[in-house]
Amino acid sequence: MTKSHIELTINGKKVEALVEPRTLLIHFLREQQNLTGAHIGCDTGHCGACTVDMDDMSVKSCMTFAVQANGASITTIEGVANADGTLSALQEGFRMMHGLQCGFCTPGMILRAHRLLQENPTPTEDEIRHGISGNLCRCTGYVNIVKSIQYAAAKINGTPFQEAAE
Amino acid sequence: MIPGTFDYYRPQTVDDAVGLLSKLGEEASVLAGGHSLIPLMKTRFASPHHLVDLSGIGDLKGISVEGDDIVIGAMTTQFELIASEELERHIPIIAETSRLIADPQIRYKGTFGGNVANGDPGNDMPAVMMCLGASYSVSGPDGNRDIAARDFYQGAYFTALEHGEILTAVRIPIPAPGHGSAYEKLKRKVGDYATAAAAVVITMAGGTCTSASIGLTNVSETPLWASDAAALLVGSSLDKASVDAAVAAAEAITNPASDMRGPAEYRTKMAGIMVRRALERAKSRAKG
Amino acid sequence: MNDQTKIDQDRAERTEKLQGMGCKRKRVEDIRFTQGKGSYVDDLKLPGMLFGDFVRSPHAHARIKSIDTSRAKALPGVIAVLTAADLKPLGLHYMPTLAGDVQAVLAEEKVLFQNQEVAFVIAEDRYIASDATELVDVEYEALPCIVDPFKSMLPDAPILREDIQDKMTGAHGPRKHPNHIFEWMIGDKEATDAVFANADVTIKEMLVDHRTHPSPLETCQSVASFDKVKGELTLWGTFQAPHVIRTVVSLISGLPEHKIHVIAPDIGGGFGNKVGAYAGYVCSVVGSIVLGVPVKWVEDRMENLSTTSFARDYHMTTELAATKEGKIQAMRVHVLADHGAFDACADPSKWPAGFMNICTGSYDIPVAHLAVDGVYTNKASGGVAYRCSFRVTEAVFAIERAVEVLAQKLGMDAAELRIKNFIKAEQFPYQSALGWEYDSGDYHTAMKKAMDTIGYKELREEQAKKREAFKRGETRELMGIGISFFTEIVGAGPAKNCDILGIAMFDSAEIRIHPTGSVIARMGTKSQGQGHETTYAQIIATEIGIPADDIMIEEGNTDTAPYGLGTYGSRSTPVAGAATAVAARKIKAKAQMIAAHMLEVHEGDLEWDVDRFRVKGLPEKFKTMKEIAWAAYNSPPPNMEPGLEAVNYYEPPNMTYPFGAYFCVMDIDVDTGVAKTRRFYALDDCGTRINPMIIEGQVHGGLTEAFACAMGQEIRYDEQGNVMGASFMDFFLPTAVETPNWETDHTVTPSPHHPIGAKGVGESPHVGGVPCFSNAVNDAYAFLGAGHIQMPHDAWRLWKVGEKLGLHASA
Repeated sequence: MTKSHIELTINGKKVEALVEPRTLLIHFLREQQNLTGAHIGCDTGHCGACTVDMDDMSVKSCMTFAVQANGASITTIEGVANADGTLSALQEGFRMMHGLQCGFCTPGMILRAHRLLQENPTPTEDEIRHGISGNLCRCTGYVNIVKSIQYAAAKINGTPFQEAAE
Repeated sequence: MIPGTFDYYRPQTVDDAVGLLSKLGEEASVLAGGHSLIPLMKTRFASPHHLVDLSGIGDLKGISVEGDDIVIGAMTTQFELIASEELERHIPIIAETSRLIADPQIRYKGTFGGNVANGDPGNDMPAVMMCLGASYSVSGPDGNRDIAARDFYQGAYFTALEHGEILTAVRIPIPAPGHGSAYEKLKRKVGDYATAAAAVVITMAGGTCTSASIGLTNVSETPLWASDAAALLVGSSLDKASVDAAVAAAEAITNPASDMRGPAEYRTKMAGIMVRRALERAKSRAKG
Repeated sequence: MNDQTKIDQDRAERTEKLQGMGCKRKRVEDIRFTQGKGSYVDDLKLPGMLFGDFVRSPHAHARIKSIDTSRAKALPGVIAVLTAADLKPLGLHYMPTLAGDVQAVLAEEKVLFQNQEVAFVIAEDRYIASDATELVDVEYEALPCIVDPFKSMLPDAPILREDIQDKMTGAHGPRKHPNHIFEWMIGDKEATDAVFANADVTIKEMLVDHRTHPSPLETCQSVASFDKVKGELTLWGTFQAPHVIRTVVSLISGLPEHKIHVIAPDIGGGFGNKVGAYAGYVCSVVGSIVLGVPVKWVEDRMENLSTTSFARDYHMTTELAATKEGKIQAMRVHVLADHGAFDACADPSKWPAGFMNICTGSYDIPVAHLAVDGVYTNKASGGVAYRCSFRVTEAVFAIERAVEVLAQKLGMDAAELRIKNFIKAEQFPYQSALGWEYDSGDYHTAMKKAMDTIGYKELREEQAKKREAFKRGETRELMGIGISFFTEIVGAGPAKNCDILGIAMFDSAEIRIHPTGSVIARMGTKSQGQGHETTYAQIIATEIGIPADDIMIEEGNTDTAPYGLGTYGSRSTPVAGAATAVAARKIKAKAQMIAAHMLEVHEGDLEWDVDRFRVKGLPEKFKTMKEIAWAAYNSPPPNMEPGLEAVNYYEPPNMTYPFGAYFCVMDIDVDTGVAKTRRFYALDDCGTRINPMIIEGQVHGGLTEAFACAMGQEIRYDEQGNVMGASFMDFFLPTAVETPNWETDHTVTPSPHHPIGAKGVGESPHVGGVPCFSNAVNDAYAFLGAGHIQMPHDAWRLWKVGEKLGLHASA
């Protein structure tokens, strides 16, 4: 099989590579680009652990061939921190609100939440729950993930966020 | 889960795509959003030697009003259907259905054409298209032709599309102003195919139903157009007896498989319940 | 501000700075996890690393007639293909299980369940390995299979395990049939039978806790790297119990244990799935030893759900005897346990049915008897504790469903019946009829708080009205109120009754204070998301007065961490948490001597004050722990060895017994069978609370898994033994949309024998949650005479209940 030449932007950096057409984007990112933040959880497009941002869309990178990303601009979890290296509002929100436990779904969850907040800066709880429904978490039961995203939205919008008391 | 090897092509025009498919023969598959095909390839239920990716063909995208019809390009994504104000104004049942398909990530990439044309009985759009009386524009080595949605589906993954043909657009007659519609889908969770689902479009005048159309999803090898059931409603006030009769008629044409969503008898009954609930909601939305 | 206020304020400030026990300390782990910098097994990339993939059986039961690997070996990039014939000369085609059985690594003569491992292909990358698995030609002769465990011991049943056909005494005594594994009994049968014979009221119900799977988001995986020159093996893997894995690898490979370096890096959830040893681990090790280069093995999801470690599959005939006033007098349970093709249950070795004998629950039941028969079937092996201590979910499900059945028969309120039979606070420590000594509890207080908070009385009134409305045809919704009052048994455990392969189930902590007063501490446990790096540091911070932020916690590297039995069965806090406190106290004792020397006073003249020792009556004369640490390396007292560190191997004197009161309010659409959880309230008592934020997170997660198990999650087989729905399309993992909102609450009854009074909490919500959901469903239909409704309660099954009751005619 002929290898394909692809050019894309990953976390703001131009990348060129030769890939077998069947190479899945997740394997290209993890194994050829050493960006191991996105994970494989289900292999069938249900869990969202492999979610990255591609041309302003949340995409399941284990359901995408690397060749399909030719010309695209991709952001992975490794590219979401603030320019000065501090945690982004979402990363901070997940930590402050205990929105993660084992951390395996977290990169996909944060990337998905990132796009959700780009499209809807003030989501309701229901909109958040539907917005992250392509991402499974086995640890948290989602309550604190919802809060984490609300925390980040408040921080980005400069509005107050009150943590609900236990 | 790893797909088998293939060669990859990304043509820029429909003609190029059709030409490629002709040249490559039976071992070539069309790649749209990929969310149906890639899982099949990863489990090696599908092993095409050639993949022709349609995403580079700009002509296949877009939603436009042409006279009394809306025309949707095959590569228009579910996300774009949901975002379209034009569509929301004229045929709201399409976005309502899109929102119930898969999950947010898949809706960004999943295409209208892929959902309509790949023949998976679990797909939601086919029943809606049958319900709306849509027609499919296809291009092939012998030129272009139109196929009515109601004639398109022949079996599971088996459609009127010949090898080498590509669905380019779907033409949908805009239902009468004031029509009521609803898509009711019973599923186990977000991301699931329907246990059973029903699409309903009706028009009402002075409390009487003047037209009705019903489509059913995932309760047979193909999507179903429940024309007999719908006919029982026309001329009625959608009173209980008429609705009961229509529900029974809809249930009668189902032939679902038993699977993890439930045994066949359950899925048949759920088709009936979905019709009943879709009718209620469509009625509440209809003006007249 | 007076002096005392100043002192109090100063002390409060110093306490807060420690971030010790009781505070909602933010997690240390999250800094790396939120940036995608966790380090999981599949992230590992070593020079020359190869990739292994399995050829698996399409049949549930078949004889292997031949295996031809030549086409696979001819594929460019394929390095080797292992079969049982290659492993047999090494004695590795079978491996011992924790339950005293053996398990095939690669099938030799027969396959015994669908997707069983038949050959292991090793190739340059995972793509080629996957291609090559399709090129291994295996010829099978299909055999009749057993799917229903009730058919395992029929006289004409096909014999599954020909390898042990003649061995009619197993690890747990005599076997009654070639497909029988063990019979395990406990309690006073005669006395129990006598009470049943004369009881006012008895109930008997077959309660099925169906087969499911822990399915953490990260599957099982390993990387083995054998250095032929040094004769050393390094094995990275998804191990909840890395030290035990090292011992097992040493025992089965013959490599000396000191030449095996087992490392469990970050783990993407475990829930019991990652306790056992699997064929993939062994094959990656053998592959690396044979080839001398690293070999990686990563399960895909289908393999995970269909091969490594199912949970449950307990068929429990449960009986209660009671007076007509509702005092429970006796319990009798028989369990038929479906263990699949090999007995690979991950239980302490002496407990073939785990701690099923906690099944008398929270009630003062004078006499009881439990018998468990384990049988083989043509299904995957496992029987792991899925987010619970060993078989405790099953036990709690049995008693909590049974009391509801009894309440209904007596015409009593289910909460009232529970309260009437609770073990009273003054009865602790309480000796249960089936042999456990409950350390502590205050059930009445917890139940009252829960009932008041949820508004139990009002809910029952609302339900009564809704039932009337349903009967009148005004609504198609049924309202169910679920209750569960569970008592868990966790923290295995005392050496007298708990060991794994002969190793007592202690756990350990080693704490070293550096000269500048910062700390590294290592434990024998292994976090899979529980936040150990955060919480163990909080224990140490409070015990020795060094800020948690100056304490690094390390687990999972068997070269550096002290030996421990690992993290499962909620044992980290009860056992390793205790070891941590005890080790810290050893350090504090030495620190006191150093401080006395520094301050030139007698040790007895010193008192502890948050982060320092001070002279009694002279609060301005003190030495902080940081100052003491420096002195320990700089100027220790004469005749004292320098340094400041301690190790503790903690053997718990007893288990701990967390408990809780859960309530669920559910509305069920009878026409579709769809159930909606309107409210779920969980009150947990896990004793002393180390980090309330993490406890709440654990409760949320456990409840979500309980919700999934009760409401649809299952591993099902068809009659040919084909596993159904082994993907996340069918296997029910709820998304944020389906998952209910969780309300949490607590009481605190510290464990009297644990150094800090903590009991463990990670599994309580799962154990207590499953019966609570099931009780809500059963309660919804009870007034219609439904009888016991088996789990899972997915929509089609509930619709069938309605169908049987004739509820759909009027739809």
